[in-house]
Amino acid sequence: MSETILIERVTLADLRRVAELASLELSLGEEQSLLRDLNSILDYVAELNEIDTSTVAAMAQVGEALGNDSDPRAWLRSDVVAPSLDRERVMASAPDSDGTFFKVPKVIER
Amino acid sequence: MPTEIAAVNPYTIETIRSAIESGTNHAVDIAEEFFARIEAENPAINAYLSLGRERAILKAQSVDSLASGGSTLPPLAGVPVGIKDVLVMQGAPSTAGSRILQGYLPAYDATVVRRLEAAGALLLGKLNCDEFAMGSSNENSAYGPVRNPRALDRVPGGSSGGSAAAVAAGLAVATLGTDTGGSIRQPASFCGVVGVLPTYGRVSRYGLIAFASSLDRVGPFASTVRDAATVLGVIAGHDPLDATSSLEPVPDYLAELEKPVAGLKIGVPAEYFAEGLDPQVLAAVEDTIARLKAAGAEIRPISLPHTRYAVPTYYVIATAEASANLARFDGVRYGYRADSTTLSAMYRKSREGGFGAEVKRRIVLGTYVLSEGYYDAYYKKAQQVRTLITQDFLTAFDEVDAIITPVAPTPAFKLGEKADDPIAMYLADIYTVTASLAGICGISVPCGVSREGLPIGAQILGKHFGEGTVFRVASAVERLLPA
Repeated sequence: MSETILIERVTLADLRRVAELASLELSLGEEQSLLRDLNSILDYVAELNEIDTSTVAAMAQVGEALGNDSDPRAWLRSDVVAPSLDRERVMASAPDSDGTFFKVPKVIER
Repeated sequence: MPTEIAAVNPYTIETIRSAIESGTNHAVDIAEEFFARIEAENPAINAYLSLGRERAILKAQSVDSLASGGSTLPPLAGVPVGIKDVLVMQGAPSTAGSRILQGYLPAYDATVVRRLEAAGALLLGKLNCDEFAMGSSNENSAYGPVRNPRALDRVPGGSSGGSAAAVAAGLAVATLGTDTGGSIRQPASFCGVVGVLPTYGRVSRYGLIAFASSLDRVGPFASTVRDAATVLGVIAGHDPLDATSSLEPVPDYLAELEKPVAGLKIGVPAEYFAEGLDPQVLAAVEDTIARLKAAGAEIRPISLPHTRYAVPTYYVIATAEASANLARFDGVRYGYRADSTTLSAMYRKSREGGFGAEVKRRIVLGTYVLSEGYYDAYYKKAQQVRTLITQDFLTAFDEVDAIITPVAPTPAFKLGEKADDPIAMYLADIYTVTASLAGICGISVPCGVSREGLPIGAQILGKHFGEGTVFRVASAVERLLPA
């Protein structure tokens, strides 16, 4: 039940990889404080290794614990055309738009 | 400078509704009275981020014309209500307490917003909160912290701090908040008001800016258990636009309030009364238990053995889900966009400039625990422990009808006191994250006051869809409170 991976320290390289995955640009100061916080939080999380969960099912949703998430009426509705969001209102909140599409900077980088 | 704001809130839902129905008061005048009060008191507590004057007055006029026509008024007719700024209202700023959503004007109403308004509520405005509902003190709002109306140098709790403070200061009769790990119950306790955590699936989340989707719930704040129960009755029920909302019928919660607690079995879990609990909070909750016992409830010691693992479990699951949910904030469709010559740099710079420190911390942690090589060790492990925590409750509810615990280990702490230590802040949620993980319902109800005059709340927990019993016990706690 011991998962040694949990006591591995998060390195600056790990942090930068994760920030890249999350599309976050971090300043040097932020990197230092996040590295410290991440390691102290993960040390705390390592307490979970005290519990043997080898025979315990993982729970992703509350319904799984109740065994009542099987009624499709709760998550299916009739496939009928209904009014959707008003395009003009949606586009009014966009940082850049031509009224029909969202405009963004160049997508392909060379 | 005053040190507290006295609650001058002579209104309940029923007094407002009957005053309008009988013609002794008008919804428009009530709306004006609350807007005037907000103008006077809000600068000191920073509960409201924006006001929706035009929409509220229009609604008030329609309530008044219903009343003058002699119609039976809907349950929230003319009741001033505030909405946490993570719920969207068409055309009204919805910031989620974040700079990244500055300027965003949603194109639609959340289902709960529509239901409140259909029931006659006057929606006064949007309430401050921790950024994306991440925090336990409201200090993580990009728009400044909310101050606790009971002691202005203290936090109101979080993340729904504005929602709790608005009710406590009489700036709304009821408000909506959201609770992912304690964000309704803990601020209710800190501000001395009632806050309800409905069962997962009880209330639609369509139009909620998501934080952690397997945990997020929407629920009411009010001054009394009855008012909170009335609001829940209005917003609860299945919504075809939220696939996680339940088909379970909504019972008449008000009918439950009248029932005595005599004969109810109420569990007291040893794990919630251990080390770290402030002695004044302990004393207030113990006194409450004694009063319930004297009123005929059967008090039973119980054990919820996995309680101490709930905070780490919660912080893995909640941050993992948050890292996925917050991927949508990229500067393309709404909110803040940083200038950049390429798309990928625009994403990074917009997120860098738009998110605050706690949100970045949680995105990084969540991305880490979901990343290749760590998923099983952290995320799956936490989901397994979540099963154990849930089973603890299911076992306990075989034996008892409700559970009573403290809401938070201490009364409201001072602004800045825990701001530099994320784990100390996370431990403020130690008694609330368990119910969040298990999906059960609960309430925070005032049960005492500390020597410094700070409110103390008791948490009543009930089984899934057991809100009726929770209201019944909370109503007794309220009734039995010494004057």
